[in-house]
Amino acid sequence: MSEPLVRLENVRFAYGERMILRDISLSIPRGQVVAIMGGSGCGKTTLLRLIGGQERAVGGRVLVDGQDVGGLDREDLYTLRRRMGMLFQFGALFTDMTVFDNVAFPLREHTDLSPELINDLVLMKLHAVGLRGAAQLRPGELSGGMARRVALARTIALDPMLLMYDEPFTGLDPISLGVIGQLIRRLNNALGASSLIVTHDIQESLQIVDYIYFISEGRVVAEGTPDEIRNTSDPFVHQFVHAEADGPVPFHYPAGDYATALVGGAG
Amino acid sequence: MSRTTLDLWVGVFVAMGIAALLFLALKVASISGSDIRSPYTLSARFDNIGGLKVRAPVKSAGVLVGRVTEIRYDNEHFQAEVVFSVDGRYKFPTDTFANILTSGLLGEQYLGLDPGGEEKALAPGDVIKKTQSAVVLEKLISQFMFNKAADGEQAPAK
Amino acid sequence: MGDVFRKLGSLAISGVWQLGFIARFFVLILRYSGQSFMRLHLTIRELYFSGVLSLLIILVSGLFVGLVLGLQGYEILQRYGSSEAMGTMVALSLLRELGPVVAGLLFASRAGSAVTAEIGLMKVTEQLKAMDMMAVNPIARVVAPRFWGGVVSMPLLAALFSTMGIFGGWLIGVVFIGVDDGAFWSQMRAAVDFRYDVLNGVFKSAVFGVAVALIAVFEGYDCVPTAEGVSRAITRTVVSSALAILALDFVMTSFMFRGL
Repeated sequence: MSEPLVRLENVRFAYGERMILRDISLSIPRGQVVAIMGGSGCGKTTLLRLIGGQERAVGGRVLVDGQDVGGLDREDLYTLRRRMGMLFQFGALFTDMTVFDNVAFPLREHTDLSPELINDLVLMKLHAVGLRGAAQLRPGELSGGMARRVALARTIALDPMLLMYDEPFTGLDPISLGVIGQLIRRLNNALGASSLIVTHDIQESLQIVDYIYFISEGRVVAEGTPDEIRNTSDPFVHQFVHAEADGPVPFHYPAGDYATALVGGAG
Repeated sequence: MSRTTLDLWVGVFVAMGIAALLFLALKVASISGSDIRSPYTLSARFDNIGGLKVRAPVKSAGVLVGRVTEIRYDNEHFQAEVVFSVDGRYKFPTDTFANILTSGLLGEQYLGLDPGGEEKALAPGDVIKKTQSAVVLEKLISQFMFNKAADGEQAPAK
Repeated sequence: MGDVFRKLGSLAISGVWQLGFIARFFVLILRYSGQSFMRLHLTIRELYFSGVLSLLIILVSGLFVGLVLGLQGYEILQRYGSSEAMGTMVALSLLRELGPVVAGLLFASRAGSAVTAEIGLMKVTEQLKAMDMMAVNPIARVVAPRFWGGVVSMPLLAALFSTMGIFGGWLIGVVFIGVDDGAFWSQMRAAVDFRYDVLNGVFKSAVFGVAVALIAVFEGYDCVPTAEGVSRAITRTVVSSALAILALDFVMTSFMFRGL
């Protein structure tokens, strides 16, 4: 059990010419909740896609439960994905189905359980996220926070070993945000799973995660437990935690000298 | 929309579509293959087939008995060879006469069979010996003109 | 001048590239069709959306086209004193050309655009990606049923269109103008051949069904996942389907009715 569930070794990734990840090494120990943080557009979501096998790394290895995700064929990848759950940023619920059918979807697709058993399982999952009463609603009738909770119920329908969250806190009111945060922690413990959260919401994350990685410009720039992060002197982390506008992460997009641009622009 | 009413509508739709296809097949069209049962093949050679085409009807006494299946040029006899299939219910004697006829003045051309008096019937694959080519209008006219001209030349001499 | 050629060249290259892409997509659909046939209710559902919901427009348009054909046909044929042949004219023009083509065009704008919009929106809201992450192949679960729903619907709709059109022609000719009922039908039956006219028409409509359904699911699946991308994809579905139908119709007609 000492072997971590997910391990990235010197992973590099690029969209064509554009380098997204330069050299990433990190690991998610079993049973833990790990957060990956960084500014917008630093390749956090790409990391999830690499672990889920939707993209392949240019260099390095992505190991999930001992298997190299980049080397799997479609069938093996699908076998592996049945044990992974990914929560998309806005839930990605199937809009042509009810909440109940959404949660039942993976069960119906991947198991031969009887309708009665599926009914029980779905209600249990919905109960776990507190939305048993909303079973017959349509996704369009749900608020953003509720939609994300339904998506969470759908994600855990097959009791995955790895849960991945893509920006789970974006666009939620403080109460919904707290609810989702607590759910992530509780479900991780109840399922005996491991979780990976990609987010830039530092305050919420510090309360629920076991370990945090900071990514900037395609590299891991800082890491540590929540306590270490709070007390760190690292200027990047300090800027991030205290939400300062300028610091190691510059306010300005790289540009030429301001004065030259203004004066020289005329000529 | 629940599953059962949806299924019902799809069932209605498919039934309507199939009914429409049946209507087109049975009421609107005539099935060329079906009115000729267990056909056998005969052929005939003509000096000139005029405008006869593949799938043209084969008639005897005005009744449809078969269809032309193939037309080719026979390079040995320098004639046109017309292959046609005949309904298995009908037998024709060996001295049957094959004509290429026209329905109406400008209608389509068809193959007419005039049965002779022989006892023996034509067997599948046989070739009809006695044939009469299509009447080609231009030839008819030029013949007529030629005869007229010949008449006119002779008249003053007499 | 050189610029125009360069533009034309790149247009041709991207066209060929697109064609190869769509062909590969077609093979993928066929490969995963088995999975979607195992669960027939998915395809039946799509039959409802592409077939049943197109029924009204197809039936009404068919009737109107038949009425117009009846009027025009009578107008022309009575000059030659052969107004009984209007049944033949109406039936042949519907079965050979108008039924498959007009039904195909209507089908593309009614059902094809809806399929593109649906798949495109599923892509925008990450539903396809989510499905893929749940180890459910979106091509087998979403694309293939919609494709087959369209392929099955199209010939049925074309047959219904032609039937309604013939009914419309009969209404004008026999009921309003007074052409003899018996002559109307018997002349039609004598001239219309099952294999050459009816089956060829059905074959045409089946080919159009494959073309429209393939274009519709492809444009939806391939769209740029934004609101603008989806609307462009819908436009492309209607335009390319119409072009594909008319071009394929020309090719098939020149093969089917050569020398007849």
